[in-house]
Amino acid sequence: MKILLVFAALVAAACSEKLFMGDQVLRVTAGDEGQVTQLRVLGEQAELQVDFWRHPTRPGHPADLRVPFSSLPAVKTFLESNNISYSIMIEDVQELLDEERRTMVKSRRTERSTSTFDFASYHTIDEIYHWMDVLVGDHPNLVSKIQIGQSYENRPLYVLKFSTGGSNRSAIWLDTGIHPREWITQATGIWTANKIAEEYGKDPSVTAILDSMDIFFEIVTNPDGFVFTHSSDRLWRKTRSINAGSPCIGVDPNRNWDAGFGGSGASSDPCSETYHGPYAHSEREVKAIADFILGHGNVKSVISIHSYSQMLLFPYGYKTAPVPNHQEMNELAKKAVSDLAAVYGTKYTYGSIMDTIYAADGIAVDWAYDNGVKYSFTFELRDTGRYGFLLPSTQIIPTATETWPALLDVMVHVLEHPY
Amino acid sequence: AMEDPPSSFRFRRAAVVAAGLIRYRRGGPGRGLVLRDVRRGRGPDIDDAGHKYHLEFVLEDLNDKDSTVNCTAEVLYHLGNRNTPPDVQFTTEGELKSSSEADHRFYNQIKSLEEELVAENIPDSHGNVPPALVPVRLLAGAAAGYVIWQNSTEDTELHLAQIKRVKQVKRSDEYLEFDYVILLHDVVSQ
Repeated sequence: MKILLVFAALVAAACSEKLFMGDQVLRVTAGDEGQVTQLRVLGEQAELQVDFWRHPTRPGHPADLRVPFSSLPAVKTFLESNNISYSIMIEDVQELLDEERRTMVKSRRTERSTSTFDFASYHTIDEIYHWMDVLVGDHPNLVSKIQIGQSYENRPLYVLKFSTGGSNRSAIWLDTGIHPREWITQATGIWTANKIAEEYGKDPSVTAILDSMDIFFEIVTNPDGFVFTHSSDRLWRKTRSINAGSPCIGVDPNRNWDAGFGGSGASSDPCSETYHGPYAHSEREVKAIADFILGHGNVKSVISIHSYSQMLLFPYGYKTAPVPNHQEMNELAKKAVSDLAAVYGTKYTYGSIMDTIYAADGIAVDWAYDNGVKYSFTFELRDTGRYGFLLPSTQIIPTATETWPALLDVMVHVLEHPY
Repeated sequence: AMEDPPSSFRFRRAAVVAAGLIRYRRGGPGRGLVLRDVRRGRGPDIDDAGHKYHLEFVLEDLNDKDSTVNCTAEVLYHLGNRNTPPDVQFTTEGELKSSSEADHRFYNQIKSLEEELVAENIPDSHGNVPPALVPVRLLAGAAAGYVIWQNSTEDTELHLAQIKRVKQVKRSDEYLEFDYVILLHDVVSQ
């Protein structure tokens, strides 16, 4: 029955395609009986094709009029010249219908298994959290979902754990979406997590890695920010925590770590995009990861995935001194970007953060490195500024596909160089 | 892959400035020139005037992916007055493919609209640009190129993030005029 209703609604929506483009719904309030009469007259003018959703009855009671796009100037002029007050209730009727149709199609999709999840689209937080449960359900002996804490707005911080057993095995940590506007990263994270699950038992490298190590993957690392990019500001970067004494919200979660914290490679202004926060690990989203990694005690690699710029970076950002194993990190980065470029020709630059991009204080990979996690890397995915954060969804699968061999290179290196 | 010298980000920043100016001068609704690659960089040469970079780079036409053009440029960031935009001298190799057909098509399309064009959020959240609005975006890119050039320093790398709003301005002559509100993203300060 549900399927039939959805189908009928889809047919209805499809038939209405483009019929209401640019039409608006105006809420009109007649001030006196004379204006009520004027509205009725307006409705009788056939050529204007005004469609009353709620008829004008009495003064002071609102009437709702759907006005076709081409009649808008005439109708608004009529209302204004007669001093009839109105407001625009629906700016574009077609857009509303399209949105509803999209929602209906989407809600159909969430019921299926991972084999029909649309990896080539950007998803909402609910869709991603639902997909996580489906992934766990599809691979119960490999994947589990753990919660490492809560966000500022009390959303769960979920991490996917890939493990074939053992007890507190050496582990690799991956995160995407710490800067929520970098939508390509969460999308790549979903594809990659699915790939890891699929390839265990098939790909020799993935199998070798998971036979002795665990992988922890946090895909929606900043859920409050991510929701905000959907609901309000697509280009939001920070957390959503309130800053005492400031009208500006949020802390840059990648300047909030205890490594060179508070230096000039971050900002002390709460209104800045790189505000480091009142103190290191002030942000719940950051503290949860730091506590998890320290508590685990056996994490050998942290791979933090960002966009954009097409780079593969390693510490330090807070000082110019190279890391003790700079040569090893440089060689590994060189190999990884070469294998990435081999897929579609996408060129990455690589090097330490200080050398390659800019001074940055309080960043995750520097903290990880200084806490004994030697193989800490930051990816900056596509592109180099043409679309920037607004990367078309058609590039999701190519981006994830080309990044995969680079990620594998790092993970295999970690496996083959235990410490 | 080319080995990247440690100061490569400085060459990229300077190339972005030069690309901005070139896009302003040569770009339009039918041609959008963006930086594809920095081939070579030298500098900075430091003297009393400021910091000067010498660059070889490749631009590509957003409207025609296979169309690339090799460029050289000298970019001088002034030391004294930070409000002075960088000096850019550039050369482009060979002839750029003509964009007059695309420009005319855009002109006629806009002229034939019954109401002045209004649009928002280009690209949208999913990176989509409706085909009809591609020339509108390329035109914004050309204008943004000017703004980027004028507002760049050695510590910025500016890109056009999104057109928030574009409104065509009603005119009584044959010119087309557009009012844009654009968002620029600075990679350095975010």
